[in-house]
Amino acid sequence: MIKRLKLTKKRLAILVGMPILLSACSDDEVEVIKEVEVIVEVPAPVPEPVDVSYEVTVTNLTNAQPLSPVAVVLHANGHLFSVGEVPSVDLEKLAEGGMNAGLLALGEASATGAGAIAPGASETISVTIEDVTTAKLSVVTMLVNTNDAFSGLDALDLSDFAVGDSWTATAGVYDAGTEVNTEAVGSIPGPADGGEGFNAIRIDTGYVAMHPGVVTVDDGLSDSVLTIQHKFDNPALRIMVTRIE
Amino acid sequence: MNKFTKICAASALVFASSQTVAADVSITIQNLTQGMYFTPIAAVAHTPDASLFELGEQASPEIQEMAEGGSLAGLTTIATSIGADVLAEPTAGPLGPTESVSGTFTTADGNSVLSVVAMILPSNDGFIGLDNWSIPTEAGTYTVYLNAYDAGTEANDEIVGGGAPGTPGMPAPPFLTLGTGGSGVTAESSNTNVHIHPGNIGDDDAAGGSSDVTNSIHRWLNPVAKVTVTVN
Repeated sequence: MIKRLKLTKKRLAILVGMPILLSACSDDEVEVIKEVEVIVEVPAPVPEPVDVSYEVTVTNLTNAQPLSPVAVVLHANGHLFSVGEVPSVDLEKLAEGGMNAGLLALGEASATGAGAIAPGASETISVTIEDVTTAKLSVVTMLVNTNDAFSGLDALDLSDFAVGDSWTATAGVYDAGTEVNTEAVGSIPGPADGGEGFNAIRIDTGYVAMHPGVVTVDDGLSDSVLTIQHKFDNPALRIMVTRIE
Repeated sequence: MNKFTKICAASALVFASSQTVAADVSITIQNLTQGMYFTPIAAVAHTPDASLFELGEQASPEIQEMAEGGSLAGLTTIATSIGADVLAEPTAGPLGPTESVSGTFTTADGNSVLSVVAMILPSNDGFIGLDNWSIPTEAGTYTVYLNAYDAGTEANDEIVGGGAPGTPGMPAPPFLTLGTGGSGVTAESSNTNVHIHPGNIGDDDAAGGSSDVTNSIHRWLNPVAKVTVTVN
């Protein structure tokens, strides 16, 4: 609407200007005032696309839970996960198997971590979107020595971020609710087991919740392949977001 | 004249710094856990000099009956006697995993802080707690995450028993699936003051073992509840 109004204004200016221009050009005293309709379409100038870039640094705060390649997703609206809601299949794939392609595809722009983040390690991931400064940022990663635990950030509003602004928070651990926390042999994809990742069959609560923590064989879950090494508490990640351009 | 100015300045200062103005407040409380339940929630706005519980101090008998059995009778009596505003809760049943409950109230002048408590099930004397949180005077939406506390009034034996103060064991309402025949995790309560709950232990033996709670379901990590406060 605003663009159309501007265009009309420019067109009017040209029409008004024409007769004056013609009379000024005639030096033989003959006034030629002709109504000439010249319609010049002035296209709205196409601005160069401006890159809006963010750096997301994820630090693994756990003792022995490598993180699957992090999904960094910029989206216009909505949520990638919410406590109490039924998880998407894309989230289930990440939470059970560390597969982030589906979540990445949900974004207007997105970026993946280069690989797993070991306990104690950090990775900085850059993501760029053109012209949008009001995106929502979600960050999701699996704790791979679990059945379906993930951590991250859902729909952080970036509207208030100016270039150079930085924001740091810690994140707790969620349970996708799509696979029972049996901790049994063959059920965990991480190095503690080398078992199955994603399985489309959902057997559990069916909704996302805060994770109750792993029990492990050392705490009396006799069939568990996990040990005290794999226990975690909240928070599990530190996430720093910086707008760099 | 000089005196008058001084009085004016002083009263202006008091007005600016006090948070005694009545406010329309909406509150949503969500259970963030995957397998725990909350008993009906007490959410009260009261004056800052009152307190439902204090970390590191002994729980009152009223907190004890809430934390061990879910009863709000004593706390309601106290809230009424100190002129607190009590949130009218639309549902009185247990709040299941990830469920939310909402309510609104208009706080009276001076009731500038918010406290929230409810028992966590299954547990011996675990409860969610918010202690004297200053209600912002600026309109907006605010989020607070709550931890699970242990009232320190009963040993966490984790076996089915009763909810009345003095009765050992956990209350066992019918909506909970609990084990039987547990020998009892412990008979001791080391810290008898209100403290951060160490968590349930549980076991994987529904018909014996040391605990009647299931170790892969009836556990939690903090935070366990999310309180969203909207000041209108």
